[in-house]
Amino acid sequence: MSLLRAYCRSPSAVVGLVLLLIVVAMAASAGWLFPRDPLALAGRPLVWPGDNPRFSFGTDNSGRDIAAQIFHGARISLLIGVVATSIAIVIGVVIGAISGYYGGWVDTVLMRVTEAFQTLPNFLLLLVLVAVFGSNLMTVTIAIGVVSWPAPARLTRAEFLSFRNREFVQACRTLGMKDRQIIFREILPNALPPVIVYASVVMAVAILLESALAFLRLSDPNVASWGNLIGLGRDVLRIQWYVSAIPGLAILLTVLAVSLVGQGLNDALNPRLKGR
Amino acid sequence: MSALLTLEGLSVRLPAGADRSHALSDVTLSLQPNEILCVVGESGSGKSMTANAVMRLLPTGVTIDGGKVMFGERDLASLDEATMRTVRGAGIAMIFQEPMTALNPLRTIGDQIGEMFRIHTALSDGEITARVRDLLAEVRIPDPKLTMRAYPHELSGGQRQRAMIAMALALDPKVLIADEPTTALDVTTQAQILALIRDLQVRKGTGVLFITHDFGVVAEIANRVAVMQHGKVVELGPTMDVLSHPQHPYTRQLIAAVPRLTAPPPRPVSSETILSIEGVNKTYRTGGFLGRGARVTHAVKDVSLQLPKGGTLGIVGESGSGKSTLARCIVRLIEPETGAIRLGSTNLLSLTREELRRERACVQMVFQDPFGSLNPRRKAGDLVAQGPMIHGLSRTEANKRAKELFALVGLDPASTDRFPHEFSGGQRQRIGLARALALQPEILVADEPVSALDVSVQAQVLRLLADLRLRLGLSLVFITHDLRIAAQICDVVAVMKDGVVVESGPTAQVFGDPQHPYTMALLASIPGRSFALAELNTGLEVGTR
Repeated sequence: MSLLRAYCRSPSAVVGLVLLLIVVAMAASAGWLFPRDPLALAGRPLVWPGDNPRFSFGTDNSGRDIAAQIFHGARISLLIGVVATSIAIVIGVVIGAISGYYGGWVDTVLMRVTEAFQTLPNFLLLLVLVAVFGSNLMTVTIAIGVVSWPAPARLTRAEFLSFRNREFVQACRTLGMKDRQIIFREILPNALPPVIVYASVVMAVAILLESALAFLRLSDPNVASWGNLIGLGRDVLRIQWYVSAIPGLAILLTVLAVSLVGQGLNDALNPRLKGR
Repeated sequence: MSALLTLEGLSVRLPAGADRSHALSDVTLSLQPNEILCVVGESGSGKSMTANAVMRLLPTGVTIDGGKVMFGERDLASLDEATMRTVRGAGIAMIFQEPMTALNPLRTIGDQIGEMFRIHTALSDGEITARVRDLLAEVRIPDPKLTMRAYPHELSGGQRQRAMIAMALALDPKVLIADEPTTALDVTTQAQILALIRDLQVRKGTGVLFITHDFGVVAEIANRVAVMQHGKVVELGPTMDVLSHPQHPYTRQLIAAVPRLTAPPPRPVSSETILSIEGVNKTYRTGGFLGRGARVTHAVKDVSLQLPKGGTLGIVGESGSGKSTLARCIVRLIEPETGAIRLGSTNLLSLTREELRRERACVQMVFQDPFGSLNPRRKAGDLVAQGPMIHGLSRTEANKRAKELFALVGLDPASTDRFPHEFSGGQRQRIGLARALALQPEILVADEPVSALDVSVQAQVLRLLADLRLRLGLSLVFITHDLRIAAQICDVVAVMKDGVVVESGPTAQVFGDPQHPYTMALLASIPGRSFALAELNTGLEVGTR
C-alpha cells in the first residue's frame, strides 16, 4: 500500500503506468475487437487512414487491416517482452548470485564468460542465433532472452558482493545453513529490488530487438507483430509512410511506458529518495 | 565574566510523525570562555541536535521554534544564512565523530585546511601554506610537511582527527563544538586526542562544547557537565559535583550503569578445558600482480589460548589487533592456515564442510551490529526458529522453542511475528542472542555484543549474558575493546596486539598487575580511570557471584 502511494507521487510514473495499461488493454481486447485473422486480406491495399471508415488506421501494401495488426501485435510485443525478460533475469540472477557469493575462481570464470557475451554486440549475436535456429516466435523469444542476461548478472553480482559479508549472512553460516538456502532464501530477497527495476530496461530492449529483427524480415512472418509491419512498410516508406509510422509510434509508446514504470519503481523502492 | 555562547530556552521541532514533537525543548545552557562543557546523554537524548542547532545545521524539516542562541551580541537562531556562514568556521568551529567522512577523500589535507583561510581571509598562497604547516605542528602531527600533501585515507584515524582539529582551530574560533570526536577512535588514541583538545583549549582560551555519551570522557575532560534526556537538560553542574553527587535519578542511573574497572572477586572456575586454541595462524595477502609488491598481514599470529568449562575468556585489544578474526576462526567463518581448535576431542579445523555443518550447533556466535546481524526481511521468530529447523526440528516445534527463547532473553513471546526493524537496538541484540541459544550450544562466541548499545542498555544485556551463562552452563568467548566491560564479565583475559597475544591470565591479575607495557598503556588510556564510581555501583554491577 505504502509502495503504491510512493509510486503515485511521481507524475511521469503514473503516465507510464497508464500507457502500459492501455497497451495491455489493447492486447486483451484484440480478439474481441478484431476477431478475424489480422493477417487475412481485408480490403484494397494501401488505403490511407480515414479514407475508409472500416479501416481507421488504413491498410498495408497487401490490403491487411493495420488497426487489427496493431492490436494483435500488442500481444506479441508484450509476450516477447515478458518471456524474454524472464529468461534473461533468471539466467542473470543465478549466474550473478553464484559469482558474487562464492567469489574467487568461480567468480573469475563466470565473469570472464559474462564479459565475452558483453563484448559481442547483442544484436549481432541475436542474428547468429536466429540464423542457426530459425525464426519462429519461440526461438526468437528465447534468443532475445539469451543475449540479454549479462547486465542483470553483473548487477546481481554487485548486490551479492555487498551482502555476502554482512553479519546476518555470517549468522546463517554459523547456524549451519546450506549455501543454496543462504543464496536464494536469505540474500536474494534483499538483493532483488534493483534487479526488478532493471528488468524494465531489459523488457524495453527486448521489444526493440524483436522489432529490429522484424524490420530485417528475420522475425516470425506468421504472426502479426509491430516489427513485421514496419518491415513491410519499408517498401512504401516515401509515399505511404503511415504503414511504418503507426507501428513505430506504438513501439515508442510501449517502450516509453515500460521505462517510465521502471523509473517510478526505482524511485518508490529506493528509501533514500523518501521525503523528496 | 560574560558567557561566550548562551542557549536561552531553545526548542527544536521535529517533523510530524517522529517519536516526539520536539528534539529539544526549553534547553538553557551557557558556555563560559576557557571552559569545557560536556553535554552527555544516550542516543536520542538530543545532545547532537544541540550542537547542530547552534551551528544551524539541522536536517530538513527540523526547525528551531523557540528560544535564542546568543553568540556575543547576536542571536544565531534568527540570523540570515549569509551572515551565518561568516560565523561558522570563524566564530564557532566544529569537529565530528568520523573524520574520514568529514574530510573530502579527493583532496589533500593541506588543501582542505587551507580552504578555511581562502574562504574567510585574504592571505596569499605562501602565507596560507605556512599557516597550515604551523597548525599541523600545533596539533602534533609528526611530519607536517608530508601530511599536507597526504590524502585522508593515507592517515590513521587519530591523525585524521588531529587534522580535523587543526582545521577547526585555523581561524582561532571563540567556540569549538566537538560532537563525539573520540568515539570512533581506539582507547590509546582517544587518550591522546583528549589530552590535545584539553591542551589547546587551555592555551587558546577557547570555550569547548563537548558532546559525548561516555562518562569516562566526561570525568577526564569536563569542567562542567549537562546531562540530557528526551531533549531536556535534567542536570547541570560542575563535573565533580554531578559525578559524585548526582541529584537527578536519570543521572544516577547512567552513572551506575558504567562498569567498574576493578574486577570483582574471581569466581571459582573449573580446571577442565572445554575449548583450546592451539597455534592458530591467519594471514591476509593483498595486492601484488604475479607475486610482485604483495603485502602479507598477520591477522592472527600463533595464538594459543584455553577456555575453561563454564568460564569466560575475554579477548581485548584495539581495532586491527586480530580479535575479531580470531573469533571468526573459532566458528570457522574464516579458515585459519595452521593450528588446531579443539572442542573436547574433536579438532574443529579438520572437519569437512558437511561434518562441520552438523557440529556447528556446539559453537554459536553473537554479532556486534544489532542492525546488520538480522535479515531485515525475516520475522524475528523465524530468525530464531531457523537454526533448529536446519538441524531437523519441525516448524511447529521450532516456533515453540523460539517463543520459549524469547521469554528466556527477556522479550515478549508474542512479538515473534514482528520484523527486526520494529525492535530497539537492545532488543535486537536479544534476538541475536536467542538465535544463537536456539541450537543449545556449549560455547558462545560474542563479538563486541554490546559496543553498539547505550550504556544503560549495555548493562542490561551484560547482566542477561552473565545470568544465562550461569543458568545454562555456557562457556563464553567474549571479544571487546572496552576494558571496563572485560573487567566485569571475564574470568580470564587475553590482550591482543597486531595479531599476537601479548598477555593473558586471570582478569584480576592482568588488570591489577599488568606485566606487558602494552597492557599498561591500554589501562592507562581508559578515560576517567582515576574517578571512583565505586560507591554508586552497589547492586548494579554486572553480576558474577
